[in-house]
Amino acid sequence: MLKYKFDWAVVTSGKYFDWLASGLYVTIQLSVVSVALSFLLGLIIAVMRMSHVRPIRWFAHGYLEFFRNTPLLVQIFFWYFGSYKILPQAVNDWMNRQNFEFAAAVVALTIYTSAFIAEDIRSGVLSIPKEQMEAARSSGFSYLGSMRYIILPQAVRLTIPPLINQFLNLAKNSSLAMTIGVAELTYQARQVESYTFKGFEAFTAATLVYVVISSVITILVNIYNKTVLRPMRAR
Amino acid sequence: MIRFEGVHKWFGKLHVLNNVNLQVKQGEVVVVCGPSGSGKSTLIRTINELEPINEGRLIVDGMDLGGRGTDINKLRAEIGFVFQQFNLYPHLSVLKNITLAPIKIRRLDRKEAAQQAMALLERVGLAEKRDAYPSQLSGGQQQRVAIARALAMKPKIMLFDEPTSALDPEMIGEVLAVMKDLAESGMTMMVVTHEMGFAREVSHRIVFIDHGIILEEANPAEFFRNPKHERAQQFLRQVLSPMH
Repeated sequence: MLKYKFDWAVVTSGKYFDWLASGLYVTIQLSVVSVALSFLLGLIIAVMRMSHVRPIRWFAHGYLEFFRNTPLLVQIFFWYFGSYKILPQAVNDWMNRQNFEFAAAVVALTIYTSAFIAEDIRSGVLSIPKEQMEAARSSGFSYLGSMRYIILPQAVRLTIPPLINQFLNLAKNSSLAMTIGVAELTYQARQVESYTFKGFEAFTAATLVYVVISSVITILVNIYNKTVLRPMRAR
Repeated sequence: MIRFEGVHKWFGKLHVLNNVNLQVKQGEVVVVCGPSGSGKSTLIRTINELEPINEGRLIVDGMDLGGRGTDINKLRAEIGFVFQQFNLYPHLSVLKNITLAPIKIRRLDRKEAAQQAMALLERVGLAEKRDAYPSQLSGGQQQRVAIARALAMKPKIMLFDEPTSALDPEMIGEVLAVMKDLAESGMTMMVVTHEMGFAREVSHRIVFIDHGIILEEANPAEFFRNPKHERAQQFLRQVLSPMH
């Protein structure tokens, strides 16, 4: 028999429930902002990676290699502890008036995830037949216009499954923001544990919430895919 | 409208266009034919610079291709191009395939672009397919939409690169009918095709090309009655009666 007495009431009501709920709110904010920004940045880096202008292509290549090959935790520490030393004073002042921990976490998560998203989108673009680009250019679209209106909308549809993976990773990776004091879900679960010694209950609750978040992301992206994007049928 | 002056092009060592001199006047319908691999597709693709030329001069609608200061995107907007494989945008409905470029490039407002697109769809006989997606259409229907898409930009020149070669035989007629109608409306057209019936009936001039060299240029009656070059005679025999 287990000697441990489970006390689920600790995490389902009262003060500690409120802590966890506020942590969930921060996690959602962090994830939503970072998903949107990393998707946009990923699109831009992917197009730069395929540019015909060599320096642009090389820059994007370097960006991808650099940020994919360093640990996310190191990047979070870099933006939190390191970046203010090289940023202009005005930017630092502004950042301090905002929530600096939150901002540093968003920047780190966005840049890190955008590198992976860019590679997924690039492989999507490469699988679009080159005749699509020819058709677009023949209508008078510039290279970037063709990308924006004809190539990328098709490539993103093909990239949906790997994109879901990146968004899930991002939501889970957001827990690392606790290390710089962002009061997100994991941070709050840890707080609950420190105050109550109910570590099992606190982290079980956090685990379940992450499962729910991941399921919701998967469902939302799939709905978006089915309704807004409309799947492309076989040609 | 189109003027080739001593144009050369190479793919690596392969000399695909060899000293091409050719003029197409406004309102003229010119058919380009020749055996496969003769360079006829490359020839037509140089006109909107899908294939850049290596030597010579190519002047289209008063603009010197390869000349400095030529805005290729602007020129391409004036030239409709119809592909062998249609190349409709699979993620867009028929209507949006047609309105995309007019809205984004010509800055037409949505309503006006849609009205114009519907008029074009009427013209090619596909008004009821406005909300269909390309994959739901037959090859012949897709090609007619592709022609409507090109016409939506109100081009000065229409280029056709083997527009019926990927079609089942029973669908060739419907596409040729649209092209004939277009020719009769006075459009400047250059058409790469093996459809000799279309060439004879609709075109003003036939250009025969082989190994990148223009071997013969004649009006259709003359070309079919009395082809001068031996290669052209051989080609006509093969196209007109493939069993022999």
